[in-house]
Amino acid sequence: MRPILTVLAVIVAVWYAACLPMNVREVLTEAERAGVVIVPAAAVDRIDAGTIPLLLNNPNALGGTWAQERPRLPAPHQIVQALWDSTVTEALFNRKGEISNRNLLYHAGTTLFPTLLGFLIGTGLGILLAVGIVHSRAMDMSVMPWAIISQTIPIVALAPMIIVVLNAAGIQGLLPKAIISAYLSFFPVVVGMVKGLRSPDAMQLDLLRTYSASQSQGFWKLRLPASVPYLFASLKIAISAALVGAIVGELPVQQGGLGAWMLAKSYYGQTAQIWAALFVAAVMAGLLVVFIGWVERRTLRRMGVAA
Amino acid sequence: MTLVLLALVVWAAAWALNHWLANGPLRQTSPVRIAVPLLFGLTILAVWELCVRGLNVPAVILPPPSAITTRFAENTGTLWQDFVQTVLKGALSGYVIGVAAALATAVLVDRFDFLRRGLLPIGNFVAALPIVGTAPILVMWFGFDWQSKAAVVVIMVFFPVLVNAVAGLADTTQMQRDLMRTYGAGYWQTLVKLRLPAAMPFIFNGLKIATTLALIGALVAEFFGSPTQGLGFRISTSFGQLAIDTVWAVILVAALAGSAFYGGMTLIERAVTFWHPSQRR
Repeated sequence: MRPILTVLAVIVAVWYAACLPMNVREVLTEAERAGVVIVPAAAVDRIDAGTIPLLLNNPNALGGTWAQERPRLPAPHQIVQALWDSTVTEALFNRKGEISNRNLLYHAGTTLFPTLLGFLIGTGLGILLAVGIVHSRAMDMSVMPWAIISQTIPIVALAPMIIVVLNAAGIQGLLPKAIISAYLSFFPVVVGMVKGLRSPDAMQLDLLRTYSASQSQGFWKLRLPASVPYLFASLKIAISAALVGAIVGELPVQQGGLGAWMLAKSYYGQTAQIWAALFVAAVMAGLLVVFIGWVERRTLRRMGVAA
Repeated sequence: MTLVLLALVVWAAAWALNHWLANGPLRQTSPVRIAVPLLFGLTILAVWELCVRGLNVPAVILPPPSAITTRFAENTGTLWQDFVQTVLKGALSGYVIGVAAALATAVLVDRFDFLRRGLLPIGNFVAALPIVGTAPILVMWFGFDWQSKAAVVVIMVFFPVLVNAVAGLADTTQMQRDLMRTYGAGYWQTLVKLRLPAAMPFIFNGLKIATTLALIGALVAEFFGSPTQGLGFRISTSFGQLAIDTVWAVILVAALAGSAFYGGMTLIERAVTFWHPSQRR
């Protein structure tokens, strides 16, 4: 634990230090407008000056770089402040306990549901396809190369298309985003599941044959249980891919969600809010992965696998 | 309606042929191994074309493949410029910088156990995060041109390569390291002659994952602001004009670029890690 905390502390320290050169120009411009004397007095001279001499010549500007309203790089405490303002303050004081579409939590929820729905669809389809691939050689040979090629296509390119096609078909809201999530989460599941279903070795398959087990018995009693550890490893990748899919799917539609929030805030230069949304997305991804890890441990223990 | 029926017939016939090929006596030969997936792909294109024409799907929703290829052939000039802007300038330069930084960090992490215990859990965590979200911030910092796209790609590529490279550098047995010590090899000699080659299968795994991420990063970053060329820019503007066949032509370019990038990496992998069991024929 201590090395992690040390590295985190170093990151925060570097972050505060990085705010100095990143924000100093804007701070000096603001200070000049407020009538403070700064060292290269003319704005023209400051354009060519490096950020380090600017900082050394104007030591009283240092504090300003951590307290700007729209900084290029907001300091960590500003992000925490933005996070607090756009969740708790917004809900409790501005809306009197109601979570409106001005609240970051509302957008996090808007992103979470398509993520989960897409994850379920993608996982289900992935498992089905993997079962098909393991049982039919024709499917293995014809589908598998295309499944790999389909992953080299930057799927986000398809996001606006999928949404317009589904809108034309009268489907709106949750499902278009969920489909993008499903597409991104389905491939890791296919690959992991195929590997898992094929993991029983010849000895184990032979044993089942000596029991004269049918193909379906072999599937339910040997292949499927053997694939579970592989499945969970893929599910952890799939859930974070699904979250990326949902966020990207929100960019073209602008009907709420973390992706829409970030795009809207980037238009107004409200960087602290963008970072706050990023932080929420990070926590969400972390919690989802931890949750799957928890389910994995419980399932494996129930199945009698030492974990 | 006849066209839709024809599509069904084509599908059934091609599937039967594939089934026969895949279970026939020639299934291990390389022509069949190539023919089967190729046939499957062509069947999908044929079914798409026939269904779109048969059901009179408006071109605004889903254009037939023939319309997409004509549009592609008409616009090769513009598409080439978009390709240069997004893939060569944005994705590729970012990929090179990100991979180099990740490999250098991996050697450091491997050298100092403190970094391994501190940085690696964080790296693992960050690798699972939606890093595309940093795109609006980086576009704000580095401007609309390719530099900001390269910056997004650097961050997206960095962590998967780092995690894989560190895992690879740890993939030598005590016996092998002891052997190097009996030869009197120092740290750097062991690194260059034993541990880096042993890490190559892992590193290439990361490099292949990173090819897709690089293209995604470069494309998504263009949605947040770009010069008047680039694949992401072309998609959003053509989409605004409802020129859906152009959008599909751009997707075709992206798919070709992605496949070529991935395929090229696989070829290099095969040349570098020819000794590894997974590469044996």
